[in-house]
Amino acid sequence: MEKKLSEFTPGERGVVRRIEGEGRVRRRIFDMGVTAGAQIVLRKAAPLGDPLEITVRGYELTLRKSEAACVTMEVAKDA
Amino acid sequence: MLRIALAGNPNSGKTTLFNALTGSTAHVGNWPGVTVDKREGVCKKGSVPMAVVDLPGIYSLSPYTPEEMIARNFLLEEKPDCVINIADATNLERNLYLTTQLLEMDVPVVVALNMTDVLQKRGDKADAEKLSAALGVPVVCISALKEEGIRDLVQAAYKAAQTKRAGTSVLAQSPLAHLIDDITIALRGKGVAHPLFHAVKLAEGDEPEVKAHPQEMQTVEAFKKKCADGFEGDYEALIADARYGYITQHFSAAVSRSERSEKLSASDKADRILTHRVWGIPIFLVILFALFHLTFAEDLFYLNAIFKIGFDVETGNSVLDSFVAVFFSSAGVAAPGVILFNLMGFVCTLAGNGIASGVSAAGAADWAQGLVNDGIWAGVSGVLSFIPQILFLFLLLSILEDSGYMARVAFILDRAFRKFGLSGRAFIPMIMGFGCSVPAAINTRTLADEKERIMTNRVIPFFTCGAKAPILAAVCGAIAAQYAGINADLLVFALYLFGMAMAVLTVAIMRQTTMKGEVAPFIMELPSYHLPQLRSLMVHLWDKLKHYIKKAFTVIVASSVVIWFLSNFSWNWQMTEIQNSILHDIGAFVQWLCTPMGFGSQLGKFGWVFVVAAVTGLIAKENVISTFYVLAPAIGALIPGWDDGESGIGPVVALMQATGITWQALIAFTVFNMLTIPCFAAAATVRGETPKGKFRYTLAFWMLTSYLTATAVYLVLTWWWTVFILLLLAALFAAYVALRNRAKSCPCGR
Repeated sequence: MEKKLSEFTPGERGVVRRIEGEGRVRRRIFDMGVTAGAQIVLRKAAPLGDPLEITVRGYELTLRKSEAACVTMEVAKDA
Repeated sequence: MLRIALAGNPNSGKTTLFNALTGSTAHVGNWPGVTVDKREGVCKKGSVPMAVVDLPGIYSLSPYTPEEMIARNFLLEEKPDCVINIADATNLERNLYLTTQLLEMDVPVVVALNMTDVLQKRGDKADAEKLSAALGVPVVCISALKEEGIRDLVQAAYKAAQTKRAGTSVLAQSPLAHLIDDITIALRGKGVAHPLFHAVKLAEGDEPEVKAHPQEMQTVEAFKKKCADGFEGDYEALIADARYGYITQHFSAAVSRSERSEKLSASDKADRILTHRVWGIPIFLVILFALFHLTFAEDLFYLNAIFKIGFDVETGNSVLDSFVAVFFSSAGVAAPGVILFNLMGFVCTLAGNGIASGVSAAGAADWAQGLVNDGIWAGVSGVLSFIPQILFLFLLLSILEDSGYMARVAFILDRAFRKFGLSGRAFIPMIMGFGCSVPAAINTRTLADEKERIMTNRVIPFFTCGAKAPILAAVCGAIAAQYAGINADLLVFALYLFGMAMAVLTVAIMRQTTMKGEVAPFIMELPSYHLPQLRSLMVHLWDKLKHYIKKAFTVIVASSVVIWFLSNFSWNWQMTEIQNSILHDIGAFVQWLCTPMGFGSQLGKFGWVFVVAAVTGLIAKENVISTFYVLAPAIGALIPGWDDGESGIGPVVALMQATGITWQALIAFTVFNMLTIPCFAAAATVRGETPKGKFRYTLAFWMLTSYLTATAVYLVLTWWWTVFILLLLAALFAAYVALRNRAKSCPCGR
């Protein structure tokens, strides 16, 4: 099932399908390791609900919901 | 001399390695972006000395942030003999992403796998040989912190620097291999250095490259049309995917992971509490308050405030009494910062008495005694006595920086900040401003958005720096001494908060008027928490101490001497009393300017000292205090029953009595100093960090904000009902801005 990263709930896992958006934001997302095929776990949201904290490629990254909306994910089936 | 460049991700231990290599003492922190400028040192660990250049930490060589361009331009144009690419072994995948880009340059590369000791502790292993085989360059395991493997690294770098290396690309197996080959050959034919690197960047559609090589770009466009692939010409995505794809393929071979336990690490546990949904923000406020409470509180445990417990000790020995008063007084038990301040004040008083008797025993002339005692020593000791307290505040701030909490603060506050038009990332340089505005302003280079950078630079001085803290401490202490029921500590904290609120407010106003635009993106690494390293804390403190001492004995001495001279001589070069002095005439001439802020004409004959102090503060904010210290004895000489005051706040109390300034006006004076043009050094740094030719607007911004705000503060504190008039004015202003913005954004409204 496909879903935007911004719609994930804490603890949900998935694999990146593709990245939309443009210019510097998109490039930054790539550079930080969020590329097609990368595994992502949504850790939590900040106290005010935004930004989000994710684990990608073994480290913690934070990005806003608006930026996470550029990332289309394939939701992992829970074992 | 051979020249080696250090390149690597932010927070990968690059600065620690730089310090280990060169024996220098650059500042290390635990959040991405501590090093934002390049820095040079000499490494003497190998057989021959080599120059080492520490580049800013970068994730990529893309052209979007200033520090990435600094690193990129250095590597391309300055042609180092070798690049040491430091990679955090605990986070290898993302670190190697930069490596794959560095390898495309025609320069020898040595990869330093850092934190391999941490990796081992986790039960993981790094195989340097496998990695080296995959990357085609030497790989050395090191621990920059424990200085392990440094010699091997220096040796490897020295050896590599003797050789030549042609760039290699992990894209050789990608669908773009042919295109990149073609462009590389074309560029090489033209004699362009680093042809492979430029070719790849062209394929990515990198702006500076497209501008520099329009002809080759046509080849790329033609290729895009001809070639159908899954990426529909989106080569930026294709290349990033190919790089990470290559890394995952070889990474799994290089680091063998032991079974990851599902248990939470200590860092995760700490994070759960510190960024908690409900408690995250209150905890941040408590930490901030604790920071200032521990530094400035006279009544650490509120024993006096709640139980009216004081500690008056009378032993009959005055020296012993004043020593005991260092730790507790009638106000209660002092906080560590205040104890340090009192101790230093105690030492300074003893030293001052020693100097005074020494000078008089030497039989110096009156004017020379005055110059030494009231000019130089009064000014310098005024500044010196605050140094331990300010260093203590620095220590606490460094602990926060070093622990990794700063990045979380940005994470917690981003949402709130965005409402006002800044990203949470901009909050890190602002918090640094509590220490010193200069490094804080330099740090704004990590902000990608130009408008955000300008606004952050403008409001950094509103975060009260270490040099302004003594003004707050002295003024609030003096007010509390004069008016019962005012708690100096809470007043200081309130002023700190006021500065922060002004920063947020002015940014919000700028966003609506001169700096319209979208909030910059917020995509940031959150480093693991770790215990602060004692050594790096001490190094940081030592740096600050040197900086302060140097400043006290250069700028402050010079200013104190000038102030002393001007306040003791008349226009015909005769020594005179202060009311006939040059300074009096100058001060009285401009005094009226400060009338709206409460410390102008209404203060009468000595009121000008506040104007003079504020003006000298433009050079260095320590001058405000040293000016008080130099002028207080001269004014005191004219007042019967003068008490010099025992504690460090004495001169301010004395000036309050001499001028009859109200506490409201003193607060306004402090606010003016907090918000006005910072010291020369900070102003020059901000000038360098903001676009050329626009600095005069920043100067105007500081002048206007400080003058208007101090006026408003004075009015509201003195006559509370004026708050309604000010609110009305603010509402009118807001309505005007809103209407104007609507008229502009509406397509029909011409």
